[in-house]
Amino acid sequence: MQKTEATSKNLTFLQAITEGLAQEMERDKSIIVMGEDVRAWGGVFARFKGFRERFGDDRVIDTPISESGFLGAGVGAAATGLRPVVDLMFVDFFGVTGDQIINQAAKMKYMFGGKAKIPLVITTLIGGGVSAAAQHSQCLYSVFAHIPGIKCVVPSTPYDGKGLIVTALRQDDPVMFFEHKFLHSSVEGMVPSESYSIPFGVADIKREGSDVTIVGLARTVHQSLEAAAILEKEGISVEVVDPRTIVPIDEQAILNSVKKTGRLIVVDEDYPRCGMATDISALVAEKGFNYLDAPIRMVTSLNTPVPFSPVLEEAYLPSVERIVQAARATVSRR
Amino acid sequence: MSGSIVLQSREKQVAMLRKMLTIRRFEERVKKEFAETRVKGFVHLYIGEEAVAVGLCSNLQKDDYVTSTHRGHGHCIAKGVELRGMMAELYGKRTGTCKGKGGSMHIADVELGMLGANGIVGAGLPLAIGAALSSKYRKSGQVAVAFFSDGALNQGTFHESMNIASLWKLPVVFVCENNGFGEATPIRFHTSVKDPTIRASSYDMPGVRVDGMDVMAVSQAAAEAIARARRGDGPTLLVCDTYRYMGHFEGDEQKYRKKEETEEWKLKDPILKLKGLMTREGSISEKEYSEMDASILAEVEDAVTFADKSAWPAPNEVLEDVYTSI
Ligand SMILES: Cc1ncc(C[n+]2csc(CCOP(=O)(O)OP(=O)(O)O)c2C)c(N)n1
Repeated sequence: MQKTEATSKNLTFLQAITEGLAQEMERDKSIIVMGEDVRAWGGVFARFKGFRERFGDDRVIDTPISESGFLGAGVGAAATGLRPVVDLMFVDFFGVTGDQIINQAAKMKYMFGGKAKIPLVITTLIGGGVSAAAQHSQCLYSVFAHIPGIKCVVPSTPYDGKGLIVTALRQDDPVMFFEHKFLHSSVEGMVPSESYSIPFGVADIKREGSDVTIVGLARTVHQSLEAAAILEKEGISVEVVDPRTIVPIDEQAILNSVKKTGRLIVVDEDYPRCGMATDISALVAEKGFNYLDAPIRMVTSLNTPVPFSPVLEEAYLPSVERIVQAARATVSRR
Repeated sequence: MSGSIVLQSREKQVAMLRKMLTIRRFEERVKKEFAETRVKGFVHLYIGEEAVAVGLCSNLQKDDYVTSTHRGHGHCIAKGVELRGMMAELYGKRTGTCKGKGGSMHIADVELGMLGANGIVGAGLPLAIGAALSSKYRKSGQVAVAFFSDGALNQGTFHESMNIASLWKLPVVFVCENNGFGEATPIRFHTSVKDPTIRASSYDMPGVRVDGMDVMAVSQAAAEAIARARRGDGPTLLVCDTYRYMGHFEGDEQKYRKKEETEEWKLKDPILKLKGLMTREGSISEKEYSEMDASILAEVEDAVTFADKSAWPAPNEVLEDVYTSI
């Protein structure tokens, strides 16, 4: 549950993250920002808006469109005393720089016997719902959760976004910070004005309930909450669990919730195979099987590339409707 | 190559000779240890190329940075990594430089600015420009050297890093160790230009071709490139022509090249060349050389004994060092 304090203000998801970043940059001069168009635009969705004026060209660095080059430079700078924030515009582009993330950043500490620190934050956009089509709409965080050595943050609210970016900037490990582009301006909330941090690996119960647990991430948290409001009218009490970080992941919070409700639905916008939905389902199947009164259900995107047409994309993405149906089906198995 | 001859003092020559011979003796021993299965995995030896690592690193400060390749033992030794830790690492022992977690292709010693050998061809260049960016931002005066071989000339990371380094005037030196082959493929079949230095002009930086079998020549070119970087005038591409005497990896039958070619290159041996020069100048005697060699062999023997006697990591150590905190 989020705290609201006296000095809070209403911010969008994006504004909250920007504020967290800026406050941390004020505090820590080793933080630099690198990415495409960060000076003129603050990056493609203006996450770093006003940073150039505020922090100067030394700390806000425009890069060529060379993702391997500048992401690798971020890794090298992180290994040698800086704390770079490198913007990978869309997570879909990780294919051109994959090596620097999965073979360099993620593994250096381990390969070097612990004798390296890579305090690198990679910010990146995920998710569909804006007809951005197959190469600008994927989630892909499960790819990085799959790789040991990278922490993965998938926030869903302004409060969490700000608190988690601050924590990301205080880690000595590489962090991927996944922002769902649909949430950027569509979600608002009260956010404390001063800086605060939210620990990694601590899930947030976004809504308490007793009949069924729904685990969601990023945008699907909001869809799950909408579904919960509909289901409440039908007498079904839904608990919505938001892991917030998937590496590390708060296994206990998920298991505790399932223990209480006896039912689990995992809602994930990522692809259905080898994703967080299967991962969390496996967790509960392995460690919480005895709590279950009904089979686990998964509501995910379809197993296709992300389509362009709004009609097709709507059919592709998890929806409130599909979550409601899944909940009805699981609860009907009393 | 332009500019005045950088005077190389006798001490510096002795130090370079010693380093080159240390690399040679270490690698010869690794070859034996591998053949006798005490060292496992993928092992790429640096024998023949010693002048490049030593010519560069003898002009670096302790806190300067280097990034390396799959053929990284020479760069490690030249940058000052301890033989004991290196051999123990190759054995997979807990006392290894990386606690047995890296092995031959990942030896690193960040304290010494050695940012890692690397199993990915071309991956070190972006890391080096990052270290250079960090140095520039911190105004620390440190320089970064990216070692890579001719195979990496055609990776995107080479072009991306060259462009960024020139654009941002980073204190970095790109060092292509042109040993003529990428695995089994001769350079003329994998690189579009005869002279790789011309690629420097695409990125508006000097490109300098050096005899990579001549440590004095490498050292002089290195001194100029490093001084340029330290002055804030930006990067240089050095292409050092050299040769690996051994196969690409230990176990390589080398059917793709003629024995005579290898023998011909051995006539230009970098160690014999410097020794010859120093002998002519009267700065080393045969006796001094033998003593140097004997002491290096003893050092290598000591490293092997150390590795052999060291404990294996405990199996549960597999879980350590993934994250700083979790
Ligand atoms: C990205 C990548 N592709 C392929 C390989 C396999 N590989 C290892 S070494 C090598 C040849 C490298 O040639 P070069 O860069 O000239 O280095 P040399 O072995 O001659 O020192 C190849 C293809 C690799 N390690 N990384």
